[in-house]
Amino acid sequence: MLHIVACIKQVPDTKIIKMNPKTNTMDRRTAPAILNPYDAHAVEEAVRIRERYGGTVSVLTMGPPPAVKAIKKCIEIGADEGYLITDRRFAGADTLATSYALTKAIDKISKIKPVDLIICGKMSIDGDTGQVGPGIARRLDIPPLTSVNKVVEIQQEKGYCVVHRKLEDGHEVIQSSMPCLLSVEKTINEVPYSPFPNMLKAARYEPHIWSVDDLEDVDIKQLGLKGSPTIVSKVWAPPKPEGGTMLEGSPQEQVEQLLSIILERKELFSVKEES
Amino acid sequence: MSEKFDAIVVGAGPAGISCAYDLAKGGANVLLLERGEYPGSKNVMGGVLYRKMMEDVIPEFYKEAPLERPIVEQRFMMMDKESAVTFGYKGMEWGKEPYNNFTVLRAKFDQWFAEKAVEQGAVLINETVVLECIVENGKVVGVRTDRPNGDVYADVVVLADGVNSLLAQSLGFHKEYKPDEVALATMEILKLDKKVIEDRFNLEDNQGCTIELFGDATKGILGTGFLYTNKDTLSIGVGTLLSGLIKHKIRPYDLLEYVKNHPMIRPYIQGSEPQEYLAHLIPEGGYNSMGKIVGDGVIVIGDASQLVNAIHREGSNLAMTSGRLAAETILQAKEAGDFSERMLDEYRLKLLNGFVGQDMKKYKDSTHHFDKFPQYFDQYIPMMNKAASQMFTVDGSSKWEKQKKIWSDIGSTKEKMKIARDFYRAWKVIK
Repeated sequence: MLHIVACIKQVPDTKIIKMNPKTNTMDRRTAPAILNPYDAHAVEEAVRIRERYGGTVSVLTMGPPPAVKAIKKCIEIGADEGYLITDRRFAGADTLATSYALTKAIDKISKIKPVDLIICGKMSIDGDTGQVGPGIARRLDIPPLTSVNKVVEIQQEKGYCVVHRKLEDGHEVIQSSMPCLLSVEKTINEVPYSPFPNMLKAARYEPHIWSVDDLEDVDIKQLGLKGSPTIVSKVWAPPKPEGGTMLEGSPQEQVEQLLSIILERKELFSVKEES
Repeated sequence: MSEKFDAIVVGAGPAGISCAYDLAKGGANVLLLERGEYPGSKNVMGGVLYRKMMEDVIPEFYKEAPLERPIVEQRFMMMDKESAVTFGYKGMEWGKEPYNNFTVLRAKFDQWFAEKAVEQGAVLINETVVLECIVENGKVVGVRTDRPNGDVYADVVVLADGVNSLLAQSLGFHKEYKPDEVALATMEILKLDKKVIEDRFNLEDNQGCTIELFGDATKGILGTGFLYTNKDTLSIGVGTLLSGLIKHKIRPYDLLEYVKNHPMIRPYIQGSEPQEYLAHLIPEGGYNSMGKIVGDGVIVIGDASQLVNAIHREGSNLAMTSGRLAAETILQAKEAGDFSERMLDEYRLKLLNGFVGQDMKKYKDSTHHFDKFPQYFDQYIPMMNKAASQMFTVDGSSKWEKQKKIWSDIGSTKEKMKIARDFYRAWKVIK
């Protein structure tokens, strides 16, 4: 039976978040914490694979205790088990330290039940790096398959899977040995409205919560801020777009104004003739 | 068939949460369903939480609940276009334990309150809409949600689904409410520096003030406005009977803008920034609009059963008490293994014989009366302002002359008789 681990993250909703104009950092209090949208697709894909081939879906996250809420969301989507690693010593981690901590947790999960497949979202919407997935694969020494937008087949007994990767100019059909790690695009699936029994399970579910001391062979120096070589030298908000003209008046008048502007500047829209 | 609960409570507002809390505390397996993203996300009230009824559910809740300010002053403004007669009461006894009441922001408070119910063992599920009650042989046996495999069953279903209660309506418990049975309230939460709030409202830290607005705040339409102080925000709003808005062809948000720009109000809110805009219906039909509230396997509580005392702007407290009484009855029913209408009717009796029912009966004709005779709001309040202005303006005429002038300005003997009659009638409906 397959054991799939989906790695997820609780993030501030960047659609709502406000920037602190003085420090140019995100004011996290202004936005609700949500499940990273890419990760919802990762969990959904894991659930779909389980429905096709049978098995277990575990979700794993690192974060402060309220991240339990993100795990519950994954149970709603259909995950079977949830693991939260939480400890002050994890705090301030960059992608290197995060992938190290998650790898240690996956090692421990593997001891409960060997892991066949790891699925991550393509990236988080607050960091936008997409590095943690490949970081985990490197540390586990398994193939990372990024930008996956279709899982064609899983052959657990033969030890391989076939997936589609989205490339800039098309897509790649690729066969990989298993275990391997997939990081998935949002286009891979649609997350449906969760069925009621899942909601009920999630409402009552209490995830496994581990601290650093619950993990094995951990090098404390590689955790948290200490284990994070990334230095953020400067953060700035992109300049607000300036200029532009507001059209006013009735819809009829606005359409007329818009048409005349388009006609005036038609060169912007015409194809340049080759000389 | 999925798991069967002892009770399903539909709607996580003050009524629903109180009921779920007490049921769970009493050992019942209770499911609390909420359509919003979280409890409080869709709930609206001006913002006064009454300490007593809340304490009946959670003693000393004020030690940990997310409250805004304990209210130490209540003011009442009888407004004309450019003036107001104000009276009120401020007392330091309200500023210390056990307090009288508090301003709250529902999005925060309801979330906290629901968490408390979950701690007691209630199962809370958000983002789930109940489409209908499942009825078998004339008895409510569960609810159908909008989710796949969404039927859930229970011995009792408690409808706390708010003002319109489409669920109670679909059971035939009440008709669709008419525009003169519901008020539409619109409000804004305005961000303002804590210190500025305390200076403007003459408050110290952890003290709050409520101002109720009558008369020109609603352009003479039956209803009231309010301005409440939170920690670092103000809640300002106006609520009028829907029928009044229709009759005067006024849009609710225009009325709110009017209040915000009123010279008696503007200085209080100057420099503040709108943070949220909310609107909600309030059931104000009173006792006469209450439908059936108990059936086989079903109980209706809170706004869903029209429990609002419009005269005293009370509602959440009545809701909590109804939730508590419903829980009490259901626990007894569970003991007896009988969930029939006859058994559950105990809830209705307790509710109507207690303060909730007494108050509902006391004011049963008030909304209707004030709606029928608009002169209280559009004539007598301006008259009161004019009299006060004359009396307190020092212009060299004697106070005796002033009184005579005020008396004659009221009108002819016939008009005076009419006013006396009106006041007697008003007294009768609220006495």
